[in-house]
Amino acid sequence: MNPRLYPLAATIAIFLLAWVVCVMQFPYMLSTRVVGNLLTDNAYLGIVAVGMTVVILSGGIDLSVGSVIAFSGVFIAVMLRDSGLHPLAVFALLLVVTSAFGAAMGWLIHTLAMPPFIVTLAGMFLARGAAYMLTIDSVPIDHAFYDVLDDAYYLMPGKGRLTLIGVVMLLTVLVGMIVAHRTRFGASVFALGGGEATARLMGVRVGRTTVAIYAFSGLMAGLSGIVFSIYTSSGYPLATVGTELTAIAAVVIGGTLLTGGAGFVFGTLIGVLTMGLIQTYIVFDGTLSSWWTKIIIGLLLLAFILLQKGLLRVTTARAGA
Amino acid sequence: MIVLRRVTPQLLTLAALAALVTLFFPDFLRIEVVDGRLVGPIMDILKRGAPVGLLAVGMTLVIATRGIDLSVGTTMAITGAVAAWSITQGYGLGGALALLAGVLAGLWNGTLVAIVGIQPIVATLILMTSGRGIAQLVTEGRILTFSHDGMAFFGSGALLGIPAPALLWGLTAVAVALLMRRSALGMLIEAVGVNRAASALAGVNATVLLIAVYVASGLCAALAGIVATADIRGADANNAGLWLELDAILAVVIGGNSLLGGRFSIAASVLGALIIQTVDTGILLAGFPSEYNLVIKAGLVLVILVLQSPNLAHHWYALRRAAQVRRERAMGAAKETGR
Repeated sequence: MNPRLYPLAATIAIFLLAWVVCVMQFPYMLSTRVVGNLLTDNAYLGIVAVGMTVVILSGGIDLSVGSVIAFSGVFIAVMLRDSGLHPLAVFALLLVVTSAFGAAMGWLIHTLAMPPFIVTLAGMFLARGAAYMLTIDSVPIDHAFYDVLDDAYYLMPGKGRLTLIGVVMLLTVLVGMIVAHRTRFGASVFALGGGEATARLMGVRVGRTTVAIYAFSGLMAGLSGIVFSIYTSSGYPLATVGTELTAIAAVVIGGTLLTGGAGFVFGTLIGVLTMGLIQTYIVFDGTLSSWWTKIIIGLLLLAFILLQKGLLRVTTARAGA
Repeated sequence: MIVLRRVTPQLLTLAALAALVTLFFPDFLRIEVVDGRLVGPIMDILKRGAPVGLLAVGMTLVIATRGIDLSVGTTMAITGAVAAWSITQGYGLGGALALLAGVLAGLWNGTLVAIVGIQPIVATLILMTSGRGIAQLVTEGRILTFSHDGMAFFGSGALLGIPAPALLWGLTAVAVALLMRRSALGMLIEAVGVNRAASALAGVNATVLLIAVYVASGLCAALAGIVATADIRGADANNAGLWLELDAILAVVIGGNSLLGGRFSIAASVLGALIIQTVDTGILLAGFPSEYNLVIKAGLVLVILVLQSPNLAHHWYALRRAAQVRRERAMGAAKETGR
C-alpha cells in the first residue's frame, strides 16, 4: 500500500474498532437510528471541516469559521424576521457574503504576507462582532419553508432518519473530495501546502489560489451556518464558539498533516464521525461525565499526531535509503 | 532610551485611546483615594487587565521562539481548579500547587514541541482541547467556591493602595524583562526564534531553552489563573480564561512582536495588553454598546497588520524617504532665497 494512505487507513481502522467496541457493549449502536443521528448532529461540523481541510492542506489555518457560522445563523434569522425575502434568496445572499468575507481574508493574507493565524483571528472577531451588532438575543426562525426543511428526511430501514442536513453534509464531503483531489485548484492547494516557493516555481498562481482557498472555507462556513440554523431553528450570536478548534481537531484526527501538503477530505469525515461516536458512547453509557469527551479527543489528537510523526520518519527514511 | 523608542507606537496608541475615552467620559483619568486605596477607571484597567497582561508576558517569550501557546487559557482553568480544590480539601498551599500545575502544563507543551518535534500550534492545541476536561475533572463539574483570605488577597487585596492583581502583573513583567535583558537569556531566545538549527550549532541549548519558555508561559498562566480564581473566590472550569489565549496573542502582536519569532519586547506586549483592556473598559465607560467591542478589536488588528506587513515595509520606507527628500529640498530652497 502507498505509505501516503497509512494515516487514512489508521483513521478508518480506529473508527471501525471504536464502533465495534461500542456495539459489543451496546448492540443498539448498530441501528440506523444511531447512524442517522450521528450524521444529523454532526452535519454542520462535517461541512465546515471540509473547508478547514482544504485550508490546512494549503498550509494555512482559518480561525474565523465558528464566528462565521454564528453570524450566518443570526443573519438568516434577522433577514427572515425583518424582510419578506424567501429563505432560498437569503441563503444565496448569505453564501455570497461569507465567500466574499473569506476571499477578503485570503487577499489580506497574500498581500500583507502575514500569518493566516492572525489575519483569520481578526476575521473571527469581526464576524462575531457583526453577529452581535445584528442582535444580541437568540432569534427564533419561524417560516413555513423551514418546517419543510426540518421535516425532510428519508426513513431508513429500522426507522432511522436520514435527514436533509445529513445528506447535505455527505454531498459536501463528496464535492470537497472532488475539488481537493480531482481539480487543478486542488492540485494547486496541495502544491502550496508543500511549499510556497516551490509552488510558485511550478507555475501555481499563489495569490489567486490563496484567495480561492479562504473563499471556499468561507463558503463552507456559510453553508454550515445554514445547516446549523435548520438544526436549531434559530440564530444566536453566541452559538458555535470554538467550533474552529473542533474542526481543526477533526481534520487532524482524519489524518491530514497540519503542516499542509498531505491529507484526505474523506479522512475528515471519519474524524468528525469518530468524535461524534465518542459523544454518542458517553450518552449511551450515562455514567461517564461529559468532560471525558474533551480528554479523550485530546488523547486521540495526540495519538494521531504521533502516528503521523512516526510515519513521516519511516517514509523519509525509506526515501533516503 | 532604546526601550522607549521601541514602545513609542504603543504608548502613542494608548495615549490616543485615553484621550478618546476622556472625550466621552471626562472622569476617565481621575484617581481618588478611598479607604487607603487608589480608585478610578485607570486602576480598574490595571486590575482587570492583569490576566491578559500576565499571559502576554509568557506568550511573548514563546512567540519569540517562533512558537505559540494556545493552551494558556485552559491552563488558567486547570491551575484555578487546583488552587480551589486544595483549599476546599483543607491542604492550603493553593498558590504553590497551582504554580506546580502550571509548570507541569508548560513541561508537557515544551516536551511535545522541543523533543517530540510537533508544531507548536498543534502541540498546544492538545492541551487546549483536553485541558478544560481536566479542570472539570478536578472540580467535578461544579464551580468550586472557597473562602480563604490569603488566596482572596490576590484578587481583591491591595498593597500601598495599589490593587494586588495590578501589582502582581507589574512585578512579573519587570522581573521577567530584567531577567531577559540583564542576562543573555533574551538574546539566546531570539537566536532560537530566528533559526533553531543555526543557534544549536552555535552552542545554544535550544531544546532546554524551548522547554523553558513553555514552562515560563505555564507559570504566567498559573499566576493569571490564581488572579482569576481569587477574584471570584471560586474556580469555574468552563469559563476561567476562556479565549484569553487569543487576547494574549493579540497583545503580543499589538506590541509589535513578529509571530515569526526573533526580536521581542516584553514592555511592548504588556502595553498591548493595556491597550486591549483600555478598549474594553473604554467602550463601556464611553457608553457605547459592548457589541462594538469585537468589531473595534478587529479593526485594531487590521491596522496593526498593515503597519507590520513585510510586503508594505518598503512602501513605508519609500514614503519616509520621499518626505525626507522633500524636506531637504525645501531647506535648500529656503537657503537659496535667503542668499
